[in-house]
Amino acid sequence: MTELETSDDGTERTPSARENETEHEGDDRSLEDGTFGRFGGQYVPEALMPALEELEDAYQRYVLANEDGFMDEFRRRLRDFGGRPTPLQRADRLSERYGRDVYLKREDLVHGGAHKLNNALGQVLLAKYMGKERIIAETGAGQHGTATAMAAAHLDMPCEIYMGRTDVNRQRPNVFRMRINGAEVNPVDAGRGTLKEAISETMRDWSQTVENTHYVIGSVVGPHPFPAMVRDFQSVISEEAREQCLEQIGSLPDSVLACAGGGSNTIGAFHHFTADESVSLYAVEAGGSSLEVDEDAGVAPNSATLSTGTEGVLHGARTHLLQDSHGQIMESHSVSAGLDYAGVGPELAHLVESGRVTPVTVDDDAALEAFHRLSTEEGIIPALETAHAFGFLHEAAGRDDADEVLGDSVVVTVSGRGDKDLETVIEETEKRGLEAAPDLSVFASEGGLR
Amino acid sequence: MSDRIDAAFAGGPAFVPYLAAGDPTYEASLEYVEALDRGGADVIELGLPFSEPIAEGPTIQEAVVRALEGGMTPERFFAFVEDLEVEAPLVCMTYYNLIYQFGEEQGPRPFVERAAEAGLEGFVVPNLPAEEADPLRDACDEFGLDLIFIVAPTTRGERLERMRERVSGYVYVQARLGTTGAREDVSDHTNASLERLADWDVPKAVGFGIKTGDHAERIVASGADGVIVGSALVDIVAEGHENDEPTAETAARLEAKARELAEGAARGANPENVPQPEQP
Ligand SMILES: Cc1ncc(COP(=O)(O)O)c(C=O)c1O
Repeated sequence: MTELETSDDGTERTPSARENETEHEGDDRSLEDGTFGRFGGQYVPEALMPALEELEDAYQRYVLANEDGFMDEFRRRLRDFGGRPTPLQRADRLSERYGRDVYLKREDLVHGGAHKLNNALGQVLLAKYMGKERIIAETGAGQHGTATAMAAAHLDMPCEIYMGRTDVNRQRPNVFRMRINGAEVNPVDAGRGTLKEAISETMRDWSQTVENTHYVIGSVVGPHPFPAMVRDFQSVISEEAREQCLEQIGSLPDSVLACAGGGSNTIGAFHHFTADESVSLYAVEAGGSSLEVDEDAGVAPNSATLSTGTEGVLHGARTHLLQDSHGQIMESHSVSAGLDYAGVGPELAHLVESGRVTPVTVDDDAALEAFHRLSTEEGIIPALETAHAFGFLHEAAGRDDADEVLGDSVVVTVSGRGDKDLETVIEETEKRGLEAAPDLSVFASEGGLR
Repeated sequence: MSDRIDAAFAGGPAFVPYLAAGDPTYEASLEYVEALDRGGADVIELGLPFSEPIAEGPTIQEAVVRALEGGMTPERFFAFVEDLEVEAPLVCMTYYNLIYQFGEEQGPRPFVERAAEAGLEGFVVPNLPAEEADPLRDACDEFGLDLIFIVAPTTRGERLERMRERVSGYVYVQARLGTTGAREDVSDHTNASLERLADWDVPKAVGFGIKTGDHAERIVASGADGVIVGSALVDIVAEGHENDEPTAETAARLEAKARELAEGAARGANPENVPQPEQP
């Protein structure tokens, strides 16, 4: 028993896809050597290698073989503590606006307000089964930190979170939530103070404490077995969505749209559809303010790793990166902290290279517009990360080839809710005078929501 | 394999200092590395700065930032190696992405070829475990360079064997868990690690946390063939930089520290014959 089971629905799937379903080993060899095509691997300091071996062993036993009923307990806790399954909701006004059926996979309704809990709960529980005594994690938007702090409190484990200084400042509500759940929050001042620096710092902590500490990595990034394991925990999204589509629509969707930072929401939303060749899969990346880069300054004003990055080695894996011609990693940018990362999961890099997943970009302005559209038209305040997926829906639906790109039925994952982003949104909206936005000047003139 | 590294360990315990090339500037850094050479370095590990040095503690992390801000790049690093006037053989310490990205063709070969041409003798790559190292090992074999692996206190069993099959030059024995950084004490892990490597046929150099001549003495006395010292030296560069000290003064302090460490190491091998260093 490997994955969260797929229902036997008799829908058309390719023969090779069928094989992939029966054997986990068919999944891009990820179990044999930790790679997805050319990507993946274990590029870490020697001190961490035994911890990765130990983790791989635990992953195989508890996650893949359900030893000691681990997966049963995980599913039970996902349901009772996490609030799963989440609904697949038809978005009526967006459907009308875009002239096709738009369905929302409501991960914003998971406990904590984002898909991040699926993985955090899985890993903290696994750490417990492994006999670890301490949890550390990094966070960008603070959603993963919040989810980890919640899972650690729920399972009675001490927890420390590393977060870049810039992100501490732009995601304050989540910093409060982590503290309130009893986690220590350690701001990281290095570099531009975002996710990349926080990951490096957490790896440093881990290399001193591996004997009793588990590092709950927040996305499908890092060395093997993290990318495969986090995917498995997050694939509950597409497992449910696929079943819900068959039940509620009576067919598979024509396309699935998901925002991509590190890629855990993306892979989670795609995994059970990858074998369904009729379903188009779009990974929506942060186009930031521009797709151009400033090599001399070492800055990419976007986080569009799949769309514009090149192959390299960062944070334990070979994958696509934003890097200069020398191989130095560039600072990335996005208005949404959770997408602001110079790397991406190796499996996603592979799925893009093999043509199964199409990467697209949405810039800061379009994401903010989409944020307001979803909020005012559907009564759902999405995370700024999520808003990128809706930005692409809007853009693609306006194109001549919209029917080809999106099809008649579209699933968009609402990866998280936007409460954490309100200060940023008010500030950024005021700067830009966005059309889709309601009048927020009263808040802005009072200095945001402070 | 590099005969020069073999020779460096053949003449008694080796003192192996580390500095980040280009910290804080290209010119000053040249003088600093040359000072270490005068102070008795047997092998010098030169850091080629990478933007995400995940194996380094705060001291070396900051050195890397200074060097990058000073304009250090892989091409300038090779020029730096060519400009240096030192006796000790040089080993390049860097992260795999820089090695992998260099040159037109993908993979480590162009980097290794250029390193050989510049006169480097080997590599330490802290984020390249033996499992991922074959392409670099092959390139090193082709150009006669050494590939040094780091053995951690937690490394055992098959992983140890995999390294043993691929290592050359010397093996870097990590004295304790964690990142680099000068510490007050020398870990017990060291003895256990040295015992595990007793029958390897490469010299064993111990690093991570060594700061004084006394540390060096104790490490060698407990069986190490050499001591590797980074942060304690980088601290001197950082102080000099922060206090706007003249380059020559910082260089003189580095030379004195190098001498202290080299003499400590020598004392550890042969306690009777070596005079005590002067107390500061
Ligand atoms: C709501 C939300 N969506 C998406 C992401 C992006 O991360 P990933 O690509 O790993 O899903 C984040 C990251 O923090 C997030 O908080």
